[in-house]
Amino acid sequence: MKLPRFLSSLLSSPVGRAVLALVGMLVLGAIFNADGAFFHWTTHRDMLRQLSVYGMLACGMTLVIITSGIDLSVSSVLAACAVGFSLMTIHMQMNPWLAIVAVLLGGTAVGAVSGVFVGRFKIQPFVVTLAAMVLLRGLAKHLSGGQKISTYIADADKSVALPPIFEQIDARVLGDNIAIVTLIFLLCVAGSAFLLRHARLGRYFYATGGNAEAARLSGVPVTRTLVLAYALSGLFSAIAGVCQAAQEQQGDPETGMGYELQAIAIVVIGGTNLAGGRGGMGLTLVGALTIGYLQKILSINAVGEASRLMLTGAIIVCAVLLQRRK
Amino acid sequence: MSAAPLLEAKRVSKSFGPNPVLRDVSFDVRPGEVHILAGENGAGKSTLLNILSGIHTQYEGELQVGGVVQKFQAPKDAVRAGVATVHQELSLIGSLSLTDNLFLGREHTNAFGIVDARRQAREARALLHELDLDLGELNESDAVERLPISTQQLVEIAKALAAKANVLLLDEPTSALREPEAERLFERIEGLKRQGKGIVYVSHKMNEIYRLADRITVLRDGALVGTRPAAELPAHKLVEWMIGRDLPSGEHASAAGRDVALKVEHLSVHGVESRPEVDDVSFEVCAGEILGLAGLRGSGVSDVLHALFGDRAGRALGHVQLTSRTGGPPRVERIDLARDLPSPAAAIARRIMLLTNDRKGKGLVLDMDSKENASLASLPRYSPQGIVRDGMETTATARVFGQLGVRGETAAPVRLLSGGNQQKVVLAKCLLTEPEVLLLDEPTRGVDVGAKAEIYGLLAQWARQGMAIILVTSELPELLRLSDRIVVLHRGQRTAEFSRSEATQEKVLHAAFGAS
Repeated sequence: MKLPRFLSSLLSSPVGRAVLALVGMLVLGAIFNADGAFFHWTTHRDMLRQLSVYGMLACGMTLVIITSGIDLSVSSVLAACAVGFSLMTIHMQMNPWLAIVAVLLGGTAVGAVSGVFVGRFKIQPFVVTLAAMVLLRGLAKHLSGGQKISTYIADADKSVALPPIFEQIDARVLGDNIAIVTLIFLLCVAGSAFLLRHARLGRYFYATGGNAEAARLSGVPVTRTLVLAYALSGLFSAIAGVCQAAQEQQGDPETGMGYELQAIAIVVIGGTNLAGGRGGMGLTLVGALTIGYLQKILSINAVGEASRLMLTGAIIVCAVLLQRRK
Repeated sequence: MSAAPLLEAKRVSKSFGPNPVLRDVSFDVRPGEVHILAGENGAGKSTLLNILSGIHTQYEGELQVGGVVQKFQAPKDAVRAGVATVHQELSLIGSLSLTDNLFLGREHTNAFGIVDARRQAREARALLHELDLDLGELNESDAVERLPISTQQLVEIAKALAAKANVLLLDEPTSALREPEAERLFERIEGLKRQGKGIVYVSHKMNEIYRLADRITVLRDGALVGTRPAAELPAHKLVEWMIGRDLPSGEHASAAGRDVALKVEHLSVHGVESRPEVDDVSFEVCAGEILGLAGLRGSGVSDVLHALFGDRAGRALGHVQLTSRTGGPPRVERIDLARDLPSPAAAIARRIMLLTNDRKGKGLVLDMDSKENASLASLPRYSPQGIVRDGMETTATARVFGQLGVRGETAAPVRLLSGGNQQKVVLAKCLLTEPEVLLLDEPTRGVDVGAKAEIYGLLAQWARQGMAIILVTSELPELLRLSDRIVVLHRGQRTAEFSRSEATQEKVLHAAFGAS
């Protein structure tokens, strides 16, 4: 079918396609606006807040997917870090900033280990991160003793106050208009966008994902590049874990189940190719907003969970089909 | 032999968007003839071939096969009409076996759709035997990606031959083959001629063109320059038609000094087989010298280059004496290959750079653009503190692209460039590492005449500037034209050395076959 010129050129660029999908979602929201709820700022603000943790995971996932890999362990790292952070601040009464640094370092280290298995031992990323996912979920449960880490300490049978850091992270700023976690998410996006666009390492990510052999023969340190990609994914997962703990006001070893698939869905809908070597953070941001709005529209229209899941799946398929136009 | 044409293209035109790629081209193939299609890259040969083989379905003009007007909707329509194609870029599926590749799309199945594997294997073996293809320790059920590129190309050709077509379209079929293999292919082609088949053959190699052609058609800038019987089109006229101007003949005046730049001592490379791929090879190269490394498939010439580039880590033994001339007085360093050259990155740091024989598979990241590809091996120079400075990168790559004459859309993914321009981008990448020793593996493979001449000029210029160059090429005329000295390997061992004045094709081939 013959399309008008501007539509055609928009559809031929990955960013154009992603934006088109997002615009479509906004139109959908305008139509199914649940008695005008869609037009309130608070709806959008809340959507962003609910999206933030998924979005942070998607940042790391984008980096890894560009290197032609995948990271299934992001949700488990998130959970382990949420538990660790809660343990350190609530039960051990540690300085919250120290706890944050410790948890971030831990997540990065775990990611780096996955990276070593992928880069040095040349095991398929799917397998490595699947193992990590299971292992780390187990670690989270072990660390927490199987319970949620909250202000009630079961062993001592007493309650402690929730450390202020939880409120601080879960707060809203700028006159109650934007959540801190949203700002953290946007910072993550900006940081990784800069990395991909301007840093040498970012260029090495694309080269490794595009043609690892050609990269190696051009002197690119492929192993180190892969280790760093997975390490960064671990870092973003750790950041997400801290934010998740703050939002839930507890360290739940079962938290985040299935988040890795959401993160992958965000990246895919954004238009970054799973084969690697292409794509970028702009696409992932648009993809995150698209999924965020989808979930929000479904929720303000009180769509049941079953329908929600099916619709989300259908949208993913449509989005991917749309991307094949080129 | 003036029978009705087997395949005829009548006034074919095609544009990609606003760019006309073929303009009003008429072309035909008669039974029992080899019709050579010649022209520079970008002239439209591949496009014409793609139309004839059913890949491009939108075009103006008419196609006739055996006198019947055909409008192919897909490549399989062409195959069904009796037109088989061998493309320049290999289309084998690496993880499948040779047999599976041969019968892909044409499997022998019974009524239930079960594949008759035994029958296919038998026919595959017969075909291999007919083509005199020796797979060494592998056989027809091994994954095709384990075979060297030259064998893969022969398999690709076998696949087309097995399709039992009347018309065969061959696009640079010998680009990865060494002389004896190419010779066997030519004999096969002559056999097909006798059977009355029509063959369209695209080639850049002069001696090949005149060896095979009955008629030659030249395209330039998408238009037909002319069609003549080969006997009526002498070489200089052919070149003139192709590039629209006379090509300066160039003999490379030797710039070799007396200072040794690289001395290879007792290089050995072990492979999976019992016989080492490279067996105790020693030679030296002087600054400003072009050393040709000659040998048949299996001689180890390519392995020598890769070993010197740190790409045979763990399997290479030996020492290399490197004389470094940049940044101060010459320093000589004796390095142990196993210990000091563990990776390509280490070699690049020592100013050794390799151009591989497989630009699409190993030389380029096809989704990145020319600038990103060219700067990849020297990126630390343009990224102090780890941040890439656009200005530095653009300046450096633009300068080199200008020197090399890279044409085409450089901001687009490099997969869209012609073969010749792609090769120049890889050369740019090599040049930007500022090598003192440049290792070239088939530098003009799949490159058209005009670009080839430019590359020869560049190599001569770089040698004059003091670079030491080691050249591996399966095109003997090219080897003889460029090399100041030639070292010949046979089955991993050094058998002969010739200076420029004493080298002849016969002597080199003789030594390459192991005769003394």
